[in-house]
Amino acid sequence: MAAKTIISRPIYGILSPQPGKHHLFIADAEGALAITDMGGKAPPGFFDGAEIVFIPGPEGKHIAALEALKPAQLHIAPSFASLLPRLRQTLTNAHMGLRLYLAGTEGLIGQAMQVALEAGIDHTSMQTEHRGSLARRMQCVHCKGITENVTTQPALCSHCGLLLLVRDHYSRRLAAFQGVCINAEDRSEIPPMEEAFP
Amino acid sequence: MSTGTTKLDVVVSDVVPVNELVTRFHFRRRDGELLPTFSGGAHVVVEMRDGDRTRLNPYSLMGSPLDTREYTISVRRDDVGRGGSLFMHRQVKPGLEMVISYPVNLFSLDLRAKKHLMLAGGIGITPFMAQTSQLAGAGGNFELHYTCRTASLGTYADVLQQRYGNRVKLYHDDREERIDLDRLLSSQPLGTHLYVCGPAGMINWVRDRAAALGWPPETVHFEHFAAPQPGAPFDVTLAVSGKTIRVDEQQSLLEAMEAAGVDPPYLCRGGVCGQCETNVISSDGKFIHNDHWLSEEDHRSGCKIMPCVSRFEGKSLVLER
Repeated sequence: MAAKTIISRPIYGILSPQPGKHHLFIADAEGALAITDMGGKAPPGFFDGAEIVFIPGPEGKHIAALEALKPAQLHIAPSFASLLPRLRQTLTNAHMGLRLYLAGTEGLIGQAMQVALEAGIDHTSMQTEHRGSLARRMQCVHCKGITENVTTQPALCSHCGLLLLVRDHYSRRLAAFQGVCINAEDRSEIPPMEEAFP
Repeated sequence: MSTGTTKLDVVVSDVVPVNELVTRFHFRRRDGELLPTFSGGAHVVVEMRDGDRTRLNPYSLMGSPLDTREYTISVRRDDVGRGGSLFMHRQVKPGLEMVISYPVNLFSLDLRAKKHLMLAGGIGITPFMAQTSQLAGAGGNFELHYTCRTASLGTYADVLQQRYGNRVKLYHDDREERIDLDRLLSSQPLGTHLYVCGPAGMINWVRDRAAALGWPPETVHFEHFAAPQPGAPFDVTLAVSGKTIRVDEQQSLLEAMEAAGVDPPYLCRGGVCGQCETNVISSDGKFIHNDHWLSEEDHRSGCKIMPCVSRFEGKSLVLER
């Protein structure tokens, strides 16, 4: 569970069934378990009005558990990029009464939230639950390039190559943590790189 | 002087009867300058000096926020109320010098919304007059559903239909016209915000249905100024000021404190803003909570009271004031 350090650092809850007419779940990898755990608390027939969009990841697990919930729709996507057009389309055509549930890695939650914010859903109106890897999506504040799945502190910018301190400072607009050059005064100073976000 | 209640010296520039119950009042600054900027949904507290009694009542500003040469309010006459609206209707004439508060907005538009869905009941139309002017000036997307008792009591319905055409939908009680609320709420595009102003029963109904149909609380905005209800007189000890005061039948607890020279903070005087929230030190009796600010838990606990609208019946009440 992510600890609150500074005000922009997102904190996540535990999915709980909300009143609504349609329920849209977006999850990756172990985020599926947040949905199945919530399934035990949901009223009968809850998943009749539910759509689950799931990115299983390389291990390909948990699909059967989601099928067992018998959602109205279950869509399996290979990556977030591949589900983006479908998600945008769904939100564009949606009405008030649609509730959004995001579960899994911070990168997935953040990027899905970014699209939902553009569609007019307030971030406080979304249910979120963090499961699985702590890997971060990071923006280099110098070149603005985004590096996915950052697990180390410091981390290398995959665009400009600077060595960056991965801050807890988070941007909902960019769905990324901010990375700031850690050795700007003296580039020869190379702090040890540790596995900080496994 | 209380928090956020800086005063404006104004003169009544016009008084316009609108229908059998509603009269509109126009205010300009006595020094001829522009009035402060406000946003749609804001209200002012009007000071009514009626002999040795001063009433302070909140009224929504209904003019366009784009025009600050004058402020306009509409007052519905309430023949059985505490007399504020009767004072406005009977005593206030063009040329009268009055004092009003700076505008305060506790019912503002959320401008991140993709669409604004407005539901008005009766005199609850007034904040929407300003909000629709504000949105129309900025090309905003809105829809107004307005319920009134009869066509002749549909205050400003004609003006609104003329301005906004089919973006305004009217419902007349005497013609048995009713909002199909569930259908209306379920057909709104994602990103819509809901605004409701009218009688308490209407507000509760709309909030309940919106919550049941999956509207997150952040998207539902409402304003209901609870006029302080008269009730049996009661005595209160103000522990900080070391005074014991009596609240008369027609007086609110807040007014009684002010009359005793105690000056608690306030903004809305209608149980919605939270400014005058007061801790209860001890009590022996029953609270009559009339506010929309404290949680149900707070109401049950008897540890807090909103003196602008709530009362007490019983042996003793000691407040931290």
